[in-house]
This record gives sequence, structure tokens and C-alpha cells, in this order.
Amino acid sequence: MIVFDGVTKEYPDGTVAVDHLSLEAPSGKITVLVGPSGCGKTTSLRMINRMIHPTSGTITLDGKDTGRMKESELRRGMGYVIQHAGLFPHRTVLDNVGTVPRLLGMDRRETERRSLELLERVGLPTAFAKRYPAQLSGGQQQRVGVARALAADPPVMLMDEPFSAVDPVVREQLQDEFLRLQGDLGKTIVFVTHDIDEAIKLGDQVAVLQVGGHLAQLADPAYLLAHPVNDFVADFVGRDRGYRALSFQPTPHLPLAAESTVSLGERVSDRDDGWVLVVDGDNHPLGWVQAERVRGEVTTEMLHRGGTVARASGPLRGALDAALSSPSRRGVIVDDSGALVGTVKAHEVLTAIEETARPELVDADHPGASSS
Amino acid sequence: MTWFLDHLGDVQDRTLQHVYLAGLPLLLGLLLALPLGWLARRYKALYAPFTAGFGLLYTIPSLALFVLLPAIIHRQILDPVNVLVAMTLYTVALLVRTVADGLGAVPEHVQQAATAMGYTRVKRFFAVELPLAVPVISAGLRVAAVSNVSIVSVAAIIGIPQLGLFFTDGFNRDFYDPIVVGIVACIVLALLFDVVIIGVTRVLTPWIRATGGRA
Amino acid sequence: MIQNIVRWLTDPEHWSGSEGIPARLGEHLWYSGLALAIAAVLAIPAGLAIGHTGRGRFLVVNLAGAARAIPSLGLLYLMVLWLFPKLSGDVAFLVPSLIVLVVLAIPPIMAGAYAGVEGVDPAARDAAKGMGMTGSQVLGRVEVPNALPLIFSGFRSAALQVIGTTTIAAVAGTGGLGRFLIDGQKIREFPQMVAGALLVAVLALLVDLLLAVAQRYAVSPGLTGRSRGRSNTPKVVEIGALRRTVDPQAS
Repeated sequence: MIVFDGVTKEYPDGTVAVDHLSLEAPSGKITVLVGPSGCGKTTSLRMINRMIHPTSGTITLDGKDTGRMKESELRRGMGYVIQHAGLFPHRTVLDNVGTVPRLLGMDRRETERRSLELLERVGLPTAFAKRYPAQLSGGQQQRVGVARALAADPPVMLMDEPFSAVDPVVREQLQDEFLRLQGDLGKTIVFVTHDIDEAIKLGDQVAVLQVGGHLAQLADPAYLLAHPVNDFVADFVGRDRGYRALSFQPTPHLPLAAESTVSLGERVSDRDDGWVLVVDGDNHPLGWVQAERVRGEVTTEMLHRGGTVARASGPLRGALDAALSSPSRRGVIVDDSGALVGTVKAHEVLTAIEETARPELVDADHPGASSS
Repeated sequence: MTWFLDHLGDVQDRTLQHVYLAGLPLLLGLLLALPLGWLARRYKALYAPFTAGFGLLYTIPSLALFVLLPAIIHRQILDPVNVLVAMTLYTVALLVRTVADGLGAVPEHVQQAATAMGYTRVKRFFAVELPLAVPVISAGLRVAAVSNVSIVSVAAIIGIPQLGLFFTDGFNRDFYDPIVVGIVACIVLALLFDVVIIGVTRVLTPWIRATGGRA
Repeated sequence: MIQNIVRWLTDPEHWSGSEGIPARLGEHLWYSGLALAIAAVLAIPAGLAIGHTGRGRFLVVNLAGAARAIPSLGLLYLMVLWLFPKLSGDVAFLVPSLIVLVVLAIPPIMAGAYAGVEGVDPAARDAAKGMGMTGSQVLGRVEVPNALPLIFSGFRSAALQVIGTTTIAAVAGTGGLGRFLIDGQKIREFPQMVAGALLVAVLALLVDLLLAVAQRYAVSPGLTGRSRGRSNTPKVVEIGALRRTVDPQAS
């Protein structure tokens, strides 16, 4: 656990980057620091591994004051991932990943073995091991950056906007894999971003910082969306927050309707009118066809693919989106293996939403007050 | 100091000779380097041979070149033309790469915007690429200017009149004054060249002044 | 004309004895090598320190500019007049020239080392610190390997200048290949002068080639993989707001 206790960073010119910050980053969880530029989020992160020294206050790691630890040793025990990866251009991917183990005195062969294993773990082919950073794409470099930070298996990871320099599609992939990885590893992670969507997606808890280094609110994502503590947080959390909050509401028992289906290559039966769902041999949904337009067998070209598909175990947001995006207005729901379980209509999802409890307001959070 | 005042006429003459021998090659070299640098930028295949090839000229020591050139261009060894040619070669050697890199430093989107507005390749060169490359070319020219002033003085060894003659005069007569005067005059001349180039660059790049150096 | 030069160069008499080509070549390499070694020992650590700490950069920029403007020939004569009476024996000839050569070599070497370290990707440096490297580990394992191309560039241009200027040092009575130029001029033996000039030019080219090969082996392929083609011309690097060239021409 990392604990900030009244931490302030004031620069000689009088600017206060971080102002009496107190918060806990619990072990095994992802704590996201989010806020606009100038809110002191990166400064706060860099004070944890003492790249920046606090003016006052203490930061403790599992009860030990980091100010009393040897800096280089403190840092070797924390993975550090930054925006542009910061790979060493003169070293191969493999040597980059092995940096900290080598610093810690691990022998070359063991380091290489571990590094190769980590490359696979972050989704890079081991053929990349002998390449140099300049030969990789931005997204690949970032994966190497993550592998490098994990190499010595540190209990703590500090991540400073690690995914913000890559394009949105790659960013989403990296985020998903990062969550999967964290599911396996359970590191104590402090993650800085300016992107509230990323914060909400990744954080077990989210700390919203305000310009001048004030902590505006610290809460789990669902609570943050439901109860922004003041105008600043409400503004920052942004529009559509009611809708986005659905991401955190697991789907309750939705009233699923059985759906008649047709397989590719089959004919649509006479009694079908309107939209018919097409599935493959494993009962996985492929798309919709309009019965009256189908003459003869159903082929892939006829499929209407506009509708999204939601997992029964997923959040309500997916179910609602499936219903809204479906050409038949019936949202397709599948099980975890991707096989069809039924369909649901938007008003049924809305009813389910209304019946679900919103995160309860904690007494301390009265509008306008700060929740430090 | 008295020596300096007594020989004011000499100092003046030799300074003018020095300005001629170091300055004219700067202009000639720039005029030659512009099309060469443009070609190296325009045709990728030419970049490496051009920059490396002209760079090779740089490795020839100046005294060696002063001695070799007369044989190659069939001139008397004491003919100042040798020095002019040698200094022009050095200037070209330095500036071809600088011009090519300077032209290459013009952002792609700026070039495309210029093309999209209907500039022909030649017009675009004079209206867009060349002006934007001025700061880089000017930096290279400043280096060439300062080193030209220093190199020209070496020609005194083979007896070509300019400020360097003060060095040989002083040395042969075991006399400090002319040497010190010569060194000071060379440094002042180098500074003057530098100031002139900076001044011209400022006039040519008003946008840099307006943004405080962030172009 | 060309025949005379070839005859001079192939005359066995010119290839032996203390005034033969091999002996002069040896002297030339000895003066140049010694000056470069002294300059490197002084300038590389200084340049690295300035690049690493960011302190004293104004010193590099101004020193490089000022030293470039000093005419080597003038400085050489001044040093000889001043030091020759104070010293004796071979040292009296060697030291004044050596001082000029070292003064000449320091600015490009220092500027190369400084610019090389300063130009290291700040993200790589930040990551190195963040992973727990000490200051000297950051310098040794990240900054120096990444600065190598520019360190080499500075050293190569210093080498060219020093080899060229060692030729001039012959006017002050030292040995080296410059003797053929100076002695040839005295006795109006043009072929000897041209042969000397050719030898110096070839030597300069060979040394530069050798250093280029050394650079190829010393510098990580990760840094050179993209830029093909080796170059002799100085690299323009950013020092401060102005671009400056690390290495001016040999004089």
C-alpha cells in the first residue's frame, strides 16, 4: 500500500504543483490519478519513486517512509512506464526488458529467459527480441515498456500516461490487455492519465485532481459518475455520465426472449416476417436479415451487421447498446462462449436499470465539499 | 600599439585582401551549394553520394590544397585565384549538406499546402522552401565564414598577401606585435562576418523575430 | 609534371632514413595522435559532464565559437616565439605545436560529447532514472552509448583538423609530412611539395576512414539502423536556440 500523507510540492518560484495531498493506493489495486494538465498528477506520481522530492509531507510504501529509503533501491522495486516508453534506442528489445534484473545482479541467461517470457506475456512475438526500438511501432514500443517495468516482478507499478501516445484502436487493445495482465498479476498500480474514460475503464479507484494540485474527489468509478462532488468533477467527468455509469452495473436477470434463427445457406421459412437473426453452426450470432427481401438461401452478403452483441454477464451498458443498435430493435445477448441466449428490448433494459440501485451517497460527500 | 598605428596602411590593405579571399568564396560557395543541395534533396539517390562526396573535400588539409590546386588548374602558385578556388571548395563542401538538410527540414505539410495552392516546383522552392531553410543555411554559413577567415591566413606560408603575412613577418623577425595584430584582426574579421550573416538572416526571416525564435 | 611527382614519390631514397616518407609519416602520426589523445582526455569528460548536468553549456557554445576564430598559424608563431627560448631540445619544437593542436581539437570534441549527451531522448533518461539507475549508471549505460555517434563526429572532425594543422606546424621546425611542403618550397622543388600535399591528403582520408569503421563497430545498430550512408561533413546539431556545427574545417 502506498500512502500520501499531507504531501505538498512547491517549486522555488512559488508555484504549488501538489497541495496537501493525502490518499491511499491500496495493494493489488489500480489507483488512477486523473485531471487536466497542471493538476499535479504526474508530479504526484513522480514523488512516489522520488524522481521529484516533496516539499513537505510523507509518502510511505507498506508503512516505510520512502524519504528514508535509498533512491535507486526504491526505484528498482517499482516498475515505471512512461508516455513515450522511453526505451533505450541503443539496446535490443530483449536487453531493454532485462535492464532492471541486470541492475539487480541477475545473471545474463536467467535475465534473458525471463525477458522472453515477459515479451510473450505482453503479447509480442519473441522474434522481436533482437530488434531495436526504432524498428517497432508505437504500440509495440509501449508493450516493451510494460514488459520492461514488469521484468524484476516489482510489487508496485507507476504508469504515467502509458497509452496516450498511441492511436485509439491500439490504445483500447493495450488497455484491455493491461487489465487482463493485472487480473493475473495483482500489482499495486498508480496510473496517471488525462483521459477520464481511460480512468474510469482502468481504475479500481479514481482520484480526480484539480489545477493547483488539490484532490477534488477520490472514489470508485461508478460512484464518481453517480455522485460528482462538485462542479469541477461533474464537468470533468463529462457528458453521458449517466449512460457511461451503466458500464459498472452488472446485468441483472433480464427478461430474455427466445429468438428464431436461421443458419447460413438455409432458406427463411414462410412464416417469418420482419428481421431474422442469422447464426453459424455453433449458434454464434452473425447478423440480421430482412425476411421479405431474402429470395433463396441466406448468404453472408445479405447480413446486416449494424447491431452490437452483449454478454449476459456483462454490464448493462452493453445490453442497452445491443438493443439500441439492433435493426430489429431486439438486442442480441450471448453467453460467455459467444453463443446466443436470447434477445432483449430497450424498454426492458431500461426497466432493469431503474430497478438497479445506484451507488449510495456517502454522508461525507455533500455537494461542494471536498472528499479528502 | 605603436607598431599597429605605424602600420595602419598595411593592416588596412591586408584586411581588405583577407575579406576578398575569405568572403567572395562564401558567396560563390553558397551559389554553388544551393542547386547541389536542392538536387540532393530532390533526388534521394543523390543525397548520400553528394553529401559524402563533397564532404571528402573537407578532409584535404588547406596547405595541401593550396599547393595542389595550382598544378590542377594550371596557375602560378602565388596566384590568389588558387586560394579563392580552395576556399570555395571548402564552402561548398560544408554547405551542400547544410542546404539539403535545411530544405528537408521544411515540414511536409507546408510543402503539400504550397503545392495544393498551385505553386510549381520552381516557384515553391523560391517562395516556400528556401525562405524556411534560411535559418539552417545561415548557421552553416556562419561556420564556413569563421573557418574561412582562419584558413585563408595559412596561405601566408606560400606567400599570398592577406592578414596571415603578419604572422610570417613577425615570426621571421622574432617580433610579437605583428602576430598579435594579425590574430586580433582575424578574430575581429570573423566576428564581423558573423554579425553580417546574422543581420542578413534576421532581415530574411521576420517570422522568427516575431515569435521570439520559435518558428 | 605528373611524371616528376611520381618519380619523386617512387624514388627509393625518399623512402628511407630520418627524412624519408616513413619517418615523416611516423612523426606526423605521433604529433597528431598525442594532441588528439590529450584533447580527448580533457574534452570528453568535460563535455559529458556538461551534457549530463546541463551546467556550463554556455561555456561550450562560446568556447567553440571563440576557438574557431583564432587563426592557428598566428597562434603557432606566437607560441613558438614565447616558449622556444624557455625550453630546450626536441621539447622546444614539440610543445608550442602541441599546444596549438590541442587548442584546436578541444572545441569539436567537447561540443560533440556535450551535444551527444544533451541530445539523448529525455524519455530514455527519465526511464533510466525511474528504473533505479544511479547517476553514473545513467551516464555510462544510457547517455554515453547514445551519444557515441556525435562523440565520434566531433572526434573525427578534430582529427581532420589536427592532421591538417600538423602539416603547418612544420614551419615552426617540427617534423611530420609538412616538412616536404616547407622544405620543397625553400628549394623550389615543386614535385616534393605536391608529393607532400598528396601524402597529407591521403593520410587524412585514411584516418577518417579508419575512424568511420571504428564508429561502425562501436555504435549500436539501434542508433544507426535508420540512417544509411556515412558522412564526412560535420553534422549540424542543436546547441541552444541556434543550430551550430560541431566541427569546422581543418586549417
